[in-house]
Amino acid sequence: MKNVKDPANVVVCGVGGQGNILISRLIGRILTKQGYSVSIGETFGAAQRGGSVFSCLRISKKRLYGPLIPDGDADIILSMEPMEALQQLKSLGNPEVMVLTNIKIVPPVEFIIGDQVYPELFKIKSALIRFSKQAWFIPATEIALEIGAPIIANIVMLGALVGSRVMSITLDEAEAEVRATVPESRLDLNLEALKRGYRSTVG
Amino acid sequence: MTKKKDVQFLLGNEVIAHSALEAGVKFVAGYPGTPSSEIINTIVGYADETDVYVEWSVNEKVACEGAAAAAFAGLKSLASMKNAGLSVALDFLTHLSMTGLGANGGSMVVVVCDDPDGHSSGDETDSRWLARFSYAPLLEPSTIAEANDLVKWAYELSNEFDCHVMLRSYTRLSHASNPIELGKIQKKEVEARTDNNSSISPYLARPKHAAVLKRLARIKERFEASSFNRYEGPEPADVVIICSGSGYQCAWDAVESLGVENSVGILKLATLWPFPSNLVTKFLTQTERVLIAEEVDPVIEVYVKAALTDARLSNKNVFGRESGHIPDYGEITPNRVIAALAQILEIPYEKSLEADQRKLSEEIDQLLISRGLAWCPGCPHRATFWTLEKAMKRDGRNAYLTGDIGCYTLDVFPGGKKQQNLLHAMGSGAGLASGLGQLRRFGYKQPVVAMCGDSTFFHSSIPALINAVTNKSNYIQVVLDNQVTAMTGFQNNPGTGFNALGQKTPRIDIETLCQSLGCEVTVADPFNVRESIRTVQNLLKDDTGVRVLIMRRPCELVRMRLEKTKPYAITVDNDSCRGEECQICTSQFQCPGLTWDPETGKAAILDEICSGCGVCTDICPFGTIQKEREVS
Repeated sequence: MKNVKDPANVVVCGVGGQGNILISRLIGRILTKQGYSVSIGETFGAAQRGGSVFSCLRISKKRLYGPLIPDGDADIILSMEPMEALQQLKSLGNPEVMVLTNIKIVPPVEFIIGDQVYPELFKIKSALIRFSKQAWFIPATEIALEIGAPIIANIVMLGALVGSRVMSITLDEAEAEVRATVPESRLDLNLEALKRGYRSTVG
Repeated sequence: MTKKKDVQFLLGNEVIAHSALEAGVKFVAGYPGTPSSEIINTIVGYADETDVYVEWSVNEKVACEGAAAAAFAGLKSLASMKNAGLSVALDFLTHLSMTGLGANGGSMVVVVCDDPDGHSSGDETDSRWLARFSYAPLLEPSTIAEANDLVKWAYELSNEFDCHVMLRSYTRLSHASNPIELGKIQKKEVEARTDNNSSISPYLARPKHAAVLKRLARIKERFEASSFNRYEGPEPADVVIICSGSGYQCAWDAVESLGVENSVGILKLATLWPFPSNLVTKFLTQTERVLIAEEVDPVIEVYVKAALTDARLSNKNVFGRESGHIPDYGEITPNRVIAALAQILEIPYEKSLEADQRKLSEEIDQLLISRGLAWCPGCPHRATFWTLEKAMKRDGRNAYLTGDIGCYTLDVFPGGKKQQNLLHAMGSGAGLASGLGQLRRFGYKQPVVAMCGDSTFFHSSIPALINAVTNKSNYIQVVLDNQVTAMTGFQNNPGTGFNALGQKTPRIDIETLCQSLGCEVTVADPFNVRESIRTVQNLLKDDTGVRVLIMRRPCELVRMRLEKTKPYAITVDNDSCRGEECQICTSQFQCPGLTWDPETGKAAILDEICSGCGVCTDICPFGTIQKEREVS
């Protein structure tokens, strides 16, 4: 793949319920159609109750890899929540990694009960910039709310990934996959989210 | 450009289920449990177009008994469960190995999904030991494609050797996905019929045991020759990695990252019990050093060491979990195998220790805060535990609470109320309470309260409840009835009135059932916090016999899915909010829909997260949090 090594290791992360599983499947299908062997690893179950969730994609022309990314070996981190991007960067990051994150904070229960303080956003951004090759900050939830539903922030992030050109995925490919997946009644909303995300990073 | 066939990513569990259907499975039963639940869910999806029978059984033992019954009648059957469930089913399965399946053409596969690391389990126990314990042949796939093949082969083995076959899955297989080409599901009519006797009895125990061992010896021969056990790499190799399951993919990552393809070989095993010791010995003679990559326990490692002793090859070096090269707990990961192999080959593997990485890690650690699990916004369990905490505090006798397995287990997590004092297995809350309730004669004065959910109640709380009644024990059994098996993905259970297919069935009424046991039964609404606190206080006061309290309110996620609206719009009145001097709603009630706004120093509602249940308006002592009927 252009810009990244083989196998390319992509992490899609966030908080339970943010729709990262759908995004990893969409990316996986697009790349499979491009001729790559793709494995996706997920954990679900208890983690869906407010915990950190992440999917690992391993993408290769050589062979089908296992679903776990070795530490420090991620190429791309696509995050639905800023602190989750940092969490994944800590174990899977390296100086070459590209990070795209939604800047909308989902406060952990530890913050709500007053046990811990959520780090200031500018500090997270600064760490993400310093410890990655490039970082993009997307107001995905804000864009999703403008369009009409916070739940489609994940599709905004997919659009942002396409627009950033860190992976060889075209807007047409992403659009075709969204069309094939989303119910008719929600299609316009999702296509709008994809385009708005795309425009936020392209250029 | 030709249009390519649409790609479907399928979970390991979906492939296991489909493969069983391709093999002609007719009877499928299981009990939900992460990471196994999608197997039954997938079969349910095919119930219309095939003649397969599928059920969520009341527990894993009954699931295995149902599946075995079908095998006795000449059908192919499947039972599925998580690792903890295998222990529940084991009494039956051990005896089933003794009788065999009745040689009536039937076959049976038991799929057990382990959860190394305990992502969604209270333990990371390794089911593979129990295959030997219960005399069952054991297969472990290392990829989804191999799982697809092994399920079909398991049916052939089961049929040929007339015994059930155990297939072990694990999180990284069950919940991994690949695009995979599925085979055809053939329609084949079968007629069920039983005309055989398959019983165990004390005087037959010894001869049956001997016969089972003979059968296992024949299966061992088959396993020694199986092409599912495969060697890849140079011959001879400097180091051989013997692996199974997730260890196989991790072994490849290790060989590749260290660039040692020319000196390290990988022997992947798919047939683990009876252990193919001759095959393994053949490779052991060709190398001096062996690394075992498996999860969680040193199962292969123990068998390899035994094989070395038998072959008088004890001078070889075996590295793995027992030698400390791989930590003896937790998942197998690429890094664990990379580090172990690097250590054995004396290759410096510093990647994760580079100065940059270390600095990154330290800096990030200073910023990161943890993200603990918590009940969903609007979860009735949060309200129930709030109620219990308040009532038990007011009672003032240090009530002791025995917990159980379900979403209410989240009580012990950061977002919980930390009320459960004991927490073990399915149904154990009732059993432990039944025991504690007998201790008054020894001066025990604390009231005892047991938890269980609706599904857990049916699974295994009932025998303990009956035990408590019949032995005149003394405790309160709280049934957190959210009318669904929520934690594992919203399956139906006997209390919902619907079966696995969503068809209407008789609803087993928990209160009638408990009343028939002679228990005093009270039903309360968790969302009616004030009244519920009084109810619990009264039940604590009247401490004679077994009292049942059903806290009934549907799971909020299910309600939201059906109704798609919030019942109330919730607001915080900043003027009356006492801010830091109070913080009851945030620091004590701990709903993710409520947060603390550091700028105003007041509580705030997170609209996109709040479910609008309105319970927080009742727990705020100053009427600051207000609700208004949502008009949509």
